[in-house]
Parts: sequence; structure tokens; C-alpha cells
Amino acid sequence: MADPRRVHPLASHAATVTPSDAVCVAALPPATRLSLRTADAAAAGAALGFTLGTPICRAEAAGPRAALKLGPDEWLLLAPDGEAAALMGVAVAGSLVDVSHRSTAIEISGPFAVEALAAFVALDLDAAAFPVGMCSRTVFGKAEIVLWRTAAEVFRIEVWRSFAPYVWECLDESCREYW
Amino acid sequence: MLIIPCPHCGPRPENEFRYSGEAHVVRPADPETLDDAALAELLYMRSNPKGRHAERWRHIHGCGWFFNCIRDTVTDRIERTYPAGTAP
Repeated sequence: MADPRRVHPLASHAATVTPSDAVCVAALPPATRLSLRTADAAAAGAALGFTLGTPICRAEAAGPRAALKLGPDEWLLLAPDGEAAALMGVAVAGSLVDVSHRSTAIEISGPFAVEALAAFVALDLDAAAFPVGMCSRTVFGKAEIVLWRTAAEVFRIEVWRSFAPYVWECLDESCREYW
Repeated sequence: MLIIPCPHCGPRPENEFRYSGEAHVVRPADPETLDDAALAELLYMRSNPKGRHAERWRHIHGCGWFFNCIRDTVTDRIERTYPAGTAP
């Protein structure tokens, strides 16, 4: 059971969503997030039930679970809310840390999602340079984020919860041009 | 903005990186035997060339790894980058 005292970091912002065909920003529900560092990806992946064989900066999504390879030996594992306790019980050679409550997720979608993101992200977000399935840690304005292109016009932003209102309000500014 | 090729992640904008000083500075195996002058030389003195320079960078807002980079300090042109711990 979720703690009733738990407050979504964007609870007061999500109500301000402007529906739009051009670009839409949404606060995603809480999720399980694990930070994994290991030299033996195959064994850790098999034990945890994730596919960790992707190249660096690529995500492997399987149903509600996803593994984002952020560094040569580093993954961000995403799973539905409430699975952290079970996953943390798995013995893994390396370091496995529950960071579920550290970040929150924002989804930005629509034909102008790239343009709205590009106001604050210096990465090349062209489909050729940042294809579907690519993910990376990067800088959004003054906040560090993990950016994952889940579909051609859909991006998931993982941001530390104290930076979430900042990122949300920046996106609010950059999206306004297309609303 | 400079585009810096991380040896792990590929070309990335410079705001994802932190500069980390001159590369290939060899630390002595027995620093306790150095006198003050030799220690100061080791800690504070760098080659500071005008031109081709081997330096360490960290892709701190990316993969998080350190790597080495050959950069021209006059033109800022990056000749190449290579993983930390490998020879230039």
C-alpha cells in the first residue's frame, strides 16, 4: 500500500496541463527506479528479470519494465510502483540502489515535442541522432535529467524531484509557443 | 557550443562535461619521500602549453566517466578523445 502521506512532486503542477495537439506535457505516476552498477550485466539482468544487453545510451523496454543503459556499467531500471522491495531482495554482483523516490517522470509528446525540448536541451534530438529507444543523461536548462525517446514524438524525462517544478515550468514556457 | 566526443557516448554538447586538468600526470609511488619543492612541483606545476594539450575531462552529466582528450588550447579544436588509462 502506498503511504497516504506521499505527495507527487508535481501534484500542484499537473492540474495546469494545457491539452494540445501540438505538444503535451504530463506528469507520470510514481514508479520503481533502481540504479544498477555491475560488470556482469548478463547475470544481473537474468537475476532481476531485465534485458541489459543493449548498447550504451539505449533502452530496452519489456512491458511495464525498462532498462536504460546510461554508462558502460550503469543502468537505470524502471518498473511499476511497488516492485522495489522485491527487486531489492535479489542478490546482484555489483551495486543495486533503490532510487524510486529520488526522481519523478515527465512525459512530453506531440509533433513539436522536439522543438519544445530543444529550448533547454543542447543534445541533437533529430531522429537520426537521437532515435526511438535512445536514452541519455543530459542537462535540461540547469537541471540534470535522463531523457528517453520512447516513441517518435514521445519523450520521457526522469528528473530529481526537487528539480521537477523547475523543469515543468521551463517546459510550460517553451511549449507555450506551440499552444 | 563545443561538441566533445565522449569515447563511450559519442559526440555531446560541452555543457555535459567538466574539465579535469592535465592528463598523464604520473603520481609517484612513494610520495612520502618527496621534499616540499618536489611535492609542490607535482601538485601545482602543469605544462600549460599554447597549442596541443592532453587533458582529462569527465562526462559528468552523461555516462559519468573520465576520459582523455587532445585539444588545441589556441583554437579549441579537439584532435581526439580516448578512454582514461590508455596512452595518447
